[in-house]
Amino acid sequence: MQIDTKKRMGTIPRSFHRFISAEPMEMPMKKRILSIYGLAAALITILLCFLSPALAAMPENAEDAPGRRLARQAVKDNKQWTTTDHKKMEILNKDFTSGEEITRACVSCHSEAATQFHKTIHWTWLASGDKSDLRYGKAGFSVNNFCISGNAMEDKGCLGCHTAWNQKGVQGEVNCLKCHNSSGFNFDEAFSDIRGFSEDDDPEAHEMAKDIQQEIKKAVGKVGFPDRKNCGDCHFNGGGGDGVKHGDLDTSLTKPNRMLDVHMGTDGKNFTCTRCHTTVDHHIAGRIYTNPAVDSRKSLIEDDLAPKITCESCHSAIPHKNDSKMNDHTDVVSCQACHIPSFARVNPTMMLWDWSKAGKMKDKKPYVEDGEFKKPVYKTIKGEFKWEKNVIPEYFRFNGSLTSTTADDTIDPGEIVKVSWPVGEKSDPQTRIFPFKIHRGKQPYDKVHKKLLAPILSGPKGFWTTLDMNDAIERGNKTLGITYSGEFDYAKTTYAVPITHMVAPKENALACTQCHIRETSRLANITDLYMPGRDQFRLVDTIGWVSVLGAFVVVLLHGLGRFFIRNGRED
Amino acid sequence: MTENKPVKIYLYTRFERLWHWFQALVIVILIITGLEIHGTYSFIGFQTAVRIHNYLGLSWLTLFAFFVFWLFTTGEWRQYIPTTRKLFLVIRYYAWDIFQGKPHPVQKSAHAKHNPLQRLAYLGISAMLLPVQMVTGLLYYLYNDLQGLISLPILAGIHTLVALFLLNFLIIHLYMITTGHSVLGHIAGMITGWEEVFETAEIEDWETKAVRKS
Repeated sequence: MQIDTKKRMGTIPRSFHRFISAEPMEMPMKKRILSIYGLAAALITILLCFLSPALAAMPENAEDAPGRRLARQAVKDNKQWTTTDHKKMEILNKDFTSGEEITRACVSCHSEAATQFHKTIHWTWLASGDKSDLRYGKAGFSVNNFCISGNAMEDKGCLGCHTAWNQKGVQGEVNCLKCHNSSGFNFDEAFSDIRGFSEDDDPEAHEMAKDIQQEIKKAVGKVGFPDRKNCGDCHFNGGGGDGVKHGDLDTSLTKPNRMLDVHMGTDGKNFTCTRCHTTVDHHIAGRIYTNPAVDSRKSLIEDDLAPKITCESCHSAIPHKNDSKMNDHTDVVSCQACHIPSFARVNPTMMLWDWSKAGKMKDKKPYVEDGEFKKPVYKTIKGEFKWEKNVIPEYFRFNGSLTSTTADDTIDPGEIVKVSWPVGEKSDPQTRIFPFKIHRGKQPYDKVHKKLLAPILSGPKGFWTTLDMNDAIERGNKTLGITYSGEFDYAKTTYAVPITHMVAPKENALACTQCHIRETSRLANITDLYMPGRDQFRLVDTIGWVSVLGAFVVVLLHGLGRFFIRNGRED
Repeated sequence: MTENKPVKIYLYTRFERLWHWFQALVIVILIITGLEIHGTYSFIGFQTAVRIHNYLGLSWLTLFAFFVFWLFTTGEWRQYIPTTRKLFLVIRYYAWDIFQGKPHPVQKSAHAKHNPLQRLAYLGISAMLLPVQMVTGLLYYLYNDLQGLISLPILAGIHTLVALFLLNFLIIHLYMITTGHSVLGHIAGMITGWEEVFETAEIEDWETKAVRKS
């Protein structure tokens, strides 16, 4: 079959016609170049048409992200309103002589408040909320590798954070103002001052007592919903000081900017803790030892009465823009993993506490040595510390539950004891890859019974006074009712703290290559999944690259051969 | 070799040329972005690379369907029917004869644009490597929506291996286009459509003579 070239070219537009219908061999160089440019321009135009939507989508215009839109609706009106002005309540307009009197005034109207509160972990310090189950809780067998044990509320030093008046523990009366004091007024100090001045005969002292009385009245009138400082007084100081325990909770969150916490930032959404830690019957939403904060992640659209405790509550499980690959991550990776690039970004946090070094003296006296960040690196009464700032978390699979080794559990002192450790199977639909602070420590254990020990620290017979560890352990374990053999040594321990606060603005979220990279992947220890950019199969890559290199070598040799023998031409 | 007078024939239609260069650009960009996603180097950024790779891959897949339609409706698919006839002559040519200045054993024509070696190579590419790459690529893209149905490591392994084979092809292809009667002869042919070929005496029936301009 013959093909008529002329016929074929009949379909070619005129402009092109003159380039190709003429004798190509004689086509002027200029024109030929033009036709090449023409084709190239057409190609580039086509390609740009294809690429432009991809390029246009490049700068994430997150205003459209469904997760943000949802969240903005969920927290639209931040105004709290009330039908009660406590300043006008008659029962509060009197002279109070003790904290307990204030509480009685509170419950005279809020009749169920104390009853409700008595059932919460904030009161019982037991995960079960029940005295018959002492397994988990500060008042039970739980230990950590900071101040180790609450010694069943016998260690009075710990009770500064308990919610009863005057460190009386569960024997005392609920201190409503621990959480509802909106004025920052120090009631404990005020009452002890009043007692002091009242006993004084000096009329001036009586005047002072009256003044304080007025201040108390004023402060009582200002009761309200808990703010960041109320929660922070204890939770920012977990482990015995600012930023010791959590890493994502410290006093920098009392008045954070949005760079530190995009939700709580006073220059941003200005959330209080209770905006997410919602409350039912004084039970505050959140993880309690082994119990996850929620059974399942639900958005408020799926369940409008669910607590707002998870990111999904407000942001949904597909928070990013519709075509975003990030949405494909949310079934495996927690929001926190990418959106909290590092913790302890303002204040340092403690990363190591070695009790075995405690007890050293300088000039026969206990001493304190400060290091970087003006934080102690050694204290005679506590041992050796390490502090860090801007800490990159460690990542583990986590279904919301932590396993705990209590003072009643048998340990293997030859291994690093996981006092607290995340639980999460890859197959569990609740499991996500989650960031953690891993606090490392050395703490006493019973060499015979192979159990972690619970020395009592404060008080006249505590370790901080006597510096006698053996005696402190004996007294401490007695408070828990766990026998102590009399022989102790120090075991290496780790304590995992989930990192969930200090969520950074979206522009500071992790880049893909923090994880999707060969050598330095943040998820290097999570090996049961394939990650593009991080993983490769050596065999596949070897075969592939050998073939590429082989092609290159063959082509090079062939080309050189042709060049040197000039394609066999003699010239 | 007086019979080897160069002649020009119109070998590649506008559509073929456009498709060829579109596909060439797409493959090059896919390889560049793909290797970045694979972690081989860092160049335009992982996220950008993923976006471009996904977008181009899906676009190509769609357009490839049209190309296949074109192939079958025009009968151009016959250009890819493999043959062993003259295959060894062609192999011998590239391995030996080319160094001696001997002519190419197979004449190009509008009905037989590919020599037996090319037919084999392009069939392998178009019917094997590219479809495998497109299918694994699509499954890779849809991985999250096909939970549990496919294994990502296996998909990724195949996708990587085929990508490197395509890179291998690209290198040889780029070199082979310099083996025309002049170094730029073949590439000029794919740009203008007019290919300069040698007039050989041994054109067989199955190769079908094309209309020549001389």
